[in-house]
Amino acid sequence: MNTETTTKSPEAASVPPPGAASAPKRAARGHRRLLTRRDRFTLALMAGVPTVLHVALVWATALASIALAFTTWDGIGFGSIKWVGLQNFHQLFADNPQFWPAVQHNVIWFVVLILIPTPFGLFLAVQLDKNIRFSRVYQTAFFLPVVISMACIGFVWQLVYNPDTGLINSLIGANKPGHYIDWIGDPKLNLWAVLVAASWRHTGYMMILYLAGLKGIDPSLREASALDGANEWQTFKHVIFPTLRPTNTVVLVVTIIESLRAFDLVFVFNKGAQGTELLSILVTNNIIGESSRIGYGSAIAVVLLVISLVVIIPYLVATFRKERRS
Amino acid sequence: MSAPTLAAGGRGQRAPVRPARVLLHVFLACTALAWLAPLLWAMFSALRPYGETSAKGYVSWPDTLNFDNFKNAFEQSDMTHYFVNTLLIAVPAVLLTLFLSSMVAFYVSRFDFRVNLALLLVFTAGNLLPQQVIITPLYRMYLLTDLPGITASGKLYDSALGLVLIHVAFQSGFCAFVLSNYMRSLPHELTEAALVDGASVWRLYWQITLPLCKPAMAALATLLSIWIYNDFFWALVLISTGENMPITSALNNLSGQYFTDPNLVASGALLTAIPTLVVYFALQRQFVSGLTLGANKG
Repeated sequence: MNTETTTKSPEAASVPPPGAASAPKRAARGHRRLLTRRDRFTLALMAGVPTVLHVALVWATALASIALAFTTWDGIGFGSIKWVGLQNFHQLFADNPQFWPAVQHNVIWFVVLILIPTPFGLFLAVQLDKNIRFSRVYQTAFFLPVVISMACIGFVWQLVYNPDTGLINSLIGANKPGHYIDWIGDPKLNLWAVLVAASWRHTGYMMILYLAGLKGIDPSLREASALDGANEWQTFKHVIFPTLRPTNTVVLVVTIIESLRAFDLVFVFNKGAQGTELLSILVTNNIIGESSRIGYGSAIAVVLLVISLVVIIPYLVATFRKERRS
Repeated sequence: MSAPTLAAGGRGQRAPVRPARVLLHVFLACTALAWLAPLLWAMFSALRPYGETSAKGYVSWPDTLNFDNFKNAFEQSDMTHYFVNTLLIAVPAVLLTLFLSSMVAFYVSRFDFRVNLALLLVFTAGNLLPQQVIITPLYRMYLLTDLPGITASGKLYDSALGLVLIHVAFQSGFCAFVLSNYMRSLPHELTEAALVDGASVWRLYWQITLPLCKPAMAALATLLSIWIYNDFFWALVLISTGENMPITSALNNLSGQYFTDPNLVASGALLTAIPTLVVYFALQRQFVSGLTLGANKG
């Protein structure tokens, strides 16, 4: 595939003089004209093999999810696939007691991540960007949770939340029978308990992204604003934060996607039972649970897909438009 | 970064001690300590024998601190076996991802074929999808793919090969995006001169472009190793035999057995984190630069 490259206008044929700062576009065209048949074949393989693998495992399955969402299938042979139209969706929206709570929890997950650990990560980044001593030590402490697997984080926080042996209950004396605060089991508490752990991790992630953004800011901007007599807060508000716009976009997209992907932590905690339902957990339960309802599971996946695409498409369009311009 | 001259204290150690700076250090030190608290607590629990904690309670002064729990967790759960499983998945997956995605990146960044933008979009968008969107058909596909004699299970399902493939397919989106940006910043004259001299496309890729991409490749390799090592979801769904599981999902499987002994679970969990911590501390710079190089990663 992809060998079908159309030859373009002849002006591209002129090989730019050596050493001249030629536009990359033109140089690339110069390249192409020199390609032999064999080169074209190599190139086709180089792009083709990875593309086939990626498309087959990621995009074909995503499309298959959409198709299967309109069917019922017991998974045994293709013969048992039956077209049922919107039935799965109807059942999902109207009858499934877990669906709407799951949607709500995904939304809460996002709102909490964007309102608490994200600004806090930005705050830490601003403090650590001040050229202070031990900056790396602090950075490492905040960033460590990001390096550890979510599953492991789940285990670690269980030790904190455990009703009779956990840190919190032991400290506040709620670890005697009858006085338990069941952080993991109580449906009113467990989502918030998991979110503390998720925020713990997210803060470090956001801090690193913002630190990178801050490092990219021209120091003369700060100098100019200091000369104008702006104080620290004014400089941040009117100069630094507006220039962090590209980072903010990335942070927003990362946070939305992280909240849609949230899974490992909750699964290790309580398998998404009572109070911590998430869309990702509902999809997975349809696969590894006892009842394998493929069409139904796919319908939930499609909901997840649609929500993700609402975020992914505008983001990519903006990113690629910018790239094309440069 | 050179500190702006007006910001006092910007020069670090030589600046006079200012109360604001001291306050900042106190704040940061306390927050950092609070941040490490859950991990330190896990460590503290893991170092104490179960008998002692059940008699005295968890929040109590320790009489004995030793590594017995770590030893027991390591031996009882046959961790070496699961570490090897992880290596058998992670090493080929990281190498293959870098190899395949660098070829795609080379293709889209060094030539101006019409499909380039679309191709890169397909890869980048694919990586941003939540894994659960594709898992149901993927799971069925893995069950339906017979590979007698190639994998132990005779299928793509429940095999290291299956996990390698999905990691490669999924992560190559991210790597292709990052590497294509990187390659685009290399001067075109380099490859051009070689092409005029009659070098083949493969040579341009393998001998000229790739060596120049070493920093980006190193950063991505670090990042990928940690991500793939930490993977929980794919292994949970696509591996059914406990024997075949990589370390993270194996621990989840085994923690049920140790339900009565949280200290043992703590030491098991900390043991699984050691390799990532080692990689992180050894290659911190690469890790962070990789993360910010392609900050679009979800």
